[in-house]
Amino acid sequence: MTTTLIDTASHQAGFENKLLMPAWAEVVKITPEAEGVTTFALRFTDPEVQKRYRWEPGQFNMLYVPGYGEAAISMSSDVSSSNGLVIHTIRQAASVTKATNRLRPGDVVGLRGPFGSSWPLEAIRGMDVVIACGGIGLPPLRGALYAIMREREKYGKVTLLYGARTPKDLMYPDEYETWNKAGIEVQATVDRGDETWTGRVGVVPMLFYHFRVDPHKTAVLTCGPEIMMRFVIYEALARRIPASQIYVSLERNMRCGQGFCGHCQMGPYFICKDGPVFPFNRLGPFFNVEEY
Amino acid sequence: MMNEKNLTIGSTVALPKAELDHLLADLRSNGYQTVGPRLQDECIVYKEIESLQDLPRGLLSEQKPASYRLIQTGQDRYFDFIPAGQSWKQFLFPPRQHLFSAQKNSSEVHAEGHTAGRNTKWQIKADDAPTPRYALVGVRACELAAIAVQDRVFMRSDFTDPIYRARREGLFILAVNCLHPNATCFCVSMGTGPRHKAGFDLCLTEMDDLFLVEAGSELGLSLLARRTYELPSAFVQTAANRATELAAGKMGRSLDTSDLPGVLTGHLDAERWNQVAKRCLSCANCTQVCPTCFCWEAFDKTDVLGNKTSRERVWDSCFNPNFSYVFGGNTRPNIRSRYRQWLTHKLGAWKGQFDVLGCVGCGRCITWCPVGIDLTEEVAAIRQEVKA
Amino acid sequence: MTLTPKTQQKPKVAVYKFSSCDGCQLSLLNLEDELLDLAAAVDISYFLEATRTVKPGPYDVGIVEGSITTPHEAERIKEVRQQCKFLIALGTCATAGGIQALRNFASAGEYAKTVYAHPEYLEYLETSTSIPENVPVDLVIWGCPVNKNMALEAIAALLQNRRPRFPPSPVCLECKRNGTICVVVSQGIPCLGPVVHGGCGALCPASGRGCYGCFGPSSVANFNALVQGMQPRDRYPNETATLLRSFSSAAPAFKTAAELAYKLGANPASAHGGKETL
Repeated sequence: MTTTLIDTASHQAGFENKLLMPAWAEVVKITPEAEGVTTFALRFTDPEVQKRYRWEPGQFNMLYVPGYGEAAISMSSDVSSSNGLVIHTIRQAASVTKATNRLRPGDVVGLRGPFGSSWPLEAIRGMDVVIACGGIGLPPLRGALYAIMREREKYGKVTLLYGARTPKDLMYPDEYETWNKAGIEVQATVDRGDETWTGRVGVVPMLFYHFRVDPHKTAVLTCGPEIMMRFVIYEALARRIPASQIYVSLERNMRCGQGFCGHCQMGPYFICKDGPVFPFNRLGPFFNVEEY
Repeated sequence: MMNEKNLTIGSTVALPKAELDHLLADLRSNGYQTVGPRLQDECIVYKEIESLQDLPRGLLSEQKPASYRLIQTGQDRYFDFIPAGQSWKQFLFPPRQHLFSAQKNSSEVHAEGHTAGRNTKWQIKADDAPTPRYALVGVRACELAAIAVQDRVFMRSDFTDPIYRARREGLFILAVNCLHPNATCFCVSMGTGPRHKAGFDLCLTEMDDLFLVEAGSELGLSLLARRTYELPSAFVQTAANRATELAAGKMGRSLDTSDLPGVLTGHLDAERWNQVAKRCLSCANCTQVCPTCFCWEAFDKTDVLGNKTSRERVWDSCFNPNFSYVFGGNTRPNIRSRYRQWLTHKLGAWKGQFDVLGCVGCGRCITWCPVGIDLTEEVAAIRQEVKA
Repeated sequence: MTLTPKTQQKPKVAVYKFSSCDGCQLSLLNLEDELLDLAAAVDISYFLEATRTVKPGPYDVGIVEGSITTPHEAERIKEVRQQCKFLIALGTCATAGGIQALRNFASAGEYAKTVYAHPEYLEYLETSTSIPENVPVDLVIWGCPVNKNMALEAIAALLQNRRPRFPPSPVCLECKRNGTICVVVSQGIPCLGPVVHGGCGALCPASGRGCYGCFGPSSVANFNALVQGMQPRDRYPNETATLLRSFSSAAPAFKTAAELAYKLGANPASAHGGKETL
């Protein structure tokens, strides 16, 4: 197993003996990120939960808005700072996430988690890292970026390939300079530019054409629309990067987070429990089957 | 009468049929809710039974794809039919389950930097209904195997469903050996029946004038010891063995399990999937009658203004249109992909997930499919297509 | 649309009746336990079945019962649409034309002659059409009559700014969750449950009869397979066809399915397969 997992449920929020019972968390801060995308900083109302709650980049929580239901949202912050706050960047798209629109500081929501596998930050030490993401695929990788920056010397060349529909849809634009300074080459691209945009126009997989990779010592971490990931994987494999070094974070209909409601299955996997992060060699035979 | 001291787990005794009534009464006085087969709407359902009187008598069943009929035999026998559309999973994994409710209580906000107004807080209250303690009466070998399959789903080492566990741990299983398999039965193929091996508290084999009862647990043993019984004669034991052997030879269907995950999961592009999609209604009946299907959905039920909400769990199905919906698309948008998911999961991916196949050969999905789609036939067709 | 009160004003709701039996309006009035909550949440401004007091429009939500069967109704529904920001078609008359749409398969004139002494005084249209066939509609609620909880859920969802939680699954799932034994399999009774939208609570099979589809087609319905499977089991000629030709008869899926069932009834050899059991 290449991905790492927090060992037991003892770090989790929620009630082990009460199915789907969340722990309450208070909204501390709300930051608009882009059109229809907002970041929420949350703190558990129960100090005991706040103390034991621990997570790793790539994992997710089930966020519960009473009356609306739950949605799987990954943590988008730095594991070792954020003052212990849980940071969720949410695209307000469907019923539950749209309901977060009306939250204000001091309101509470429910959280269960963390769930799922995480980015293989240990396993890829010493390697060059290509982080390829699109749109709302960046937040689940931001925690990994922070972790890499903190121990920057332990990794080789690190490149962030990031794409969004328009310049206005790029997330965390204020941070790119900090990331560049910290030794992460940020390459951004948009589908459609505007009058202010001087950067690249095109899709994320195309960014592979602008630099060389050493396939044996390169790891790819990718998250974003499935069609984008398919082409990222294609470009990475075409450069002879082994499938075992390509890590994919999948989105499926996750409902329980614990691998027994059945909704997020793909082949033998429950994406919520065995994923969302998979090395592509474990995923390959199923990922490429249409409508599976 | 035999001496109590001679009885051990594994012992078999001959019990007069009327004694079963006392056994049920004992279970009830020990706090168990006895549930078993009852006749309702020309069919067999699993419901609460208070005494032997409630059990249907003298009935055989005849099953075919999309058809279940009961036949009166007039015999003084209780367990000759094969169970119908319901399964025991409704008692361990209820079709509807209240989880918790939450009530809004808003408070004024005066904190600096915050917009003045009211803040939304919630009071949560977990469901506190007591867990029922069930004694299941008349569990067949395939059904017991199905419970064992669901045990692996709901009670894993890394996660356990508290609702299932609480009900499972208090369970008493009064098993019955099947003597009259039907045309849709194939438990022999799946290695699950028709004869019980283990996992029960007591196991009956029904003869014309008595039950042969095997004790499978301490609890079963102690209940049995309180009854009036005799040592079974060699003749009766031979007859019972012969009956269960004969039953094994009366399977109406068979399923070749060799290379099973592979033959399905390796041929996700088979033409047969298109063919079966034309016949399948995507109505979810197969998944609901299946004793191992475990998918569920949770949702909120609110009052008009959304000040109160109640969260509930219900049975779901991979045949439901929004089952695999994610924002922006549906992973399995048509009947072909849904039927394929169901069959490749049940007889394929299940093995990787829980180290057992998801099918126990009870035949419910064949009998209770309104258009009689037969999974043994579908698997055989795919085998043939692959071979060609 | 958002009805969340930004101002303190309660959203104004109007309930209209077109050609119908009033049963769906009665279902709303049957919300005894919830009626007080509802009255506190919305301002019932126009609901002649309940009160003669009428407040002037425009309204935030319009709820329309009934189908369009007269020239006058065809005009009036346009006015209603203009009066209402959010329009709900309530019940199978409004969503598919209702039982009166059976005239679409015959001659309305002939029917009128049979029933009325002086049909020349009648003004009617040749067909009964649904509300969405006449004006754009924001939400449809099926049922003959509707399930009152679904109607309540629609209003609650509007007030809470979320999608209404209507069951996505066919009637079969409700039978199974209720523990009702399938009438098709156990008694050989044709039933449309497998292709019909859930929400009714599976009432008919629970009383030992087949579903006749008053909640309309489910979103995944395979009508073709249903007719192929059910029709050969008809206990009298055209049993499946007439099930399909009832309350939802004018819904396109029901129309084609009924035609197929009639065709198979006339010429059984055209049914596929010929499986032993069916």
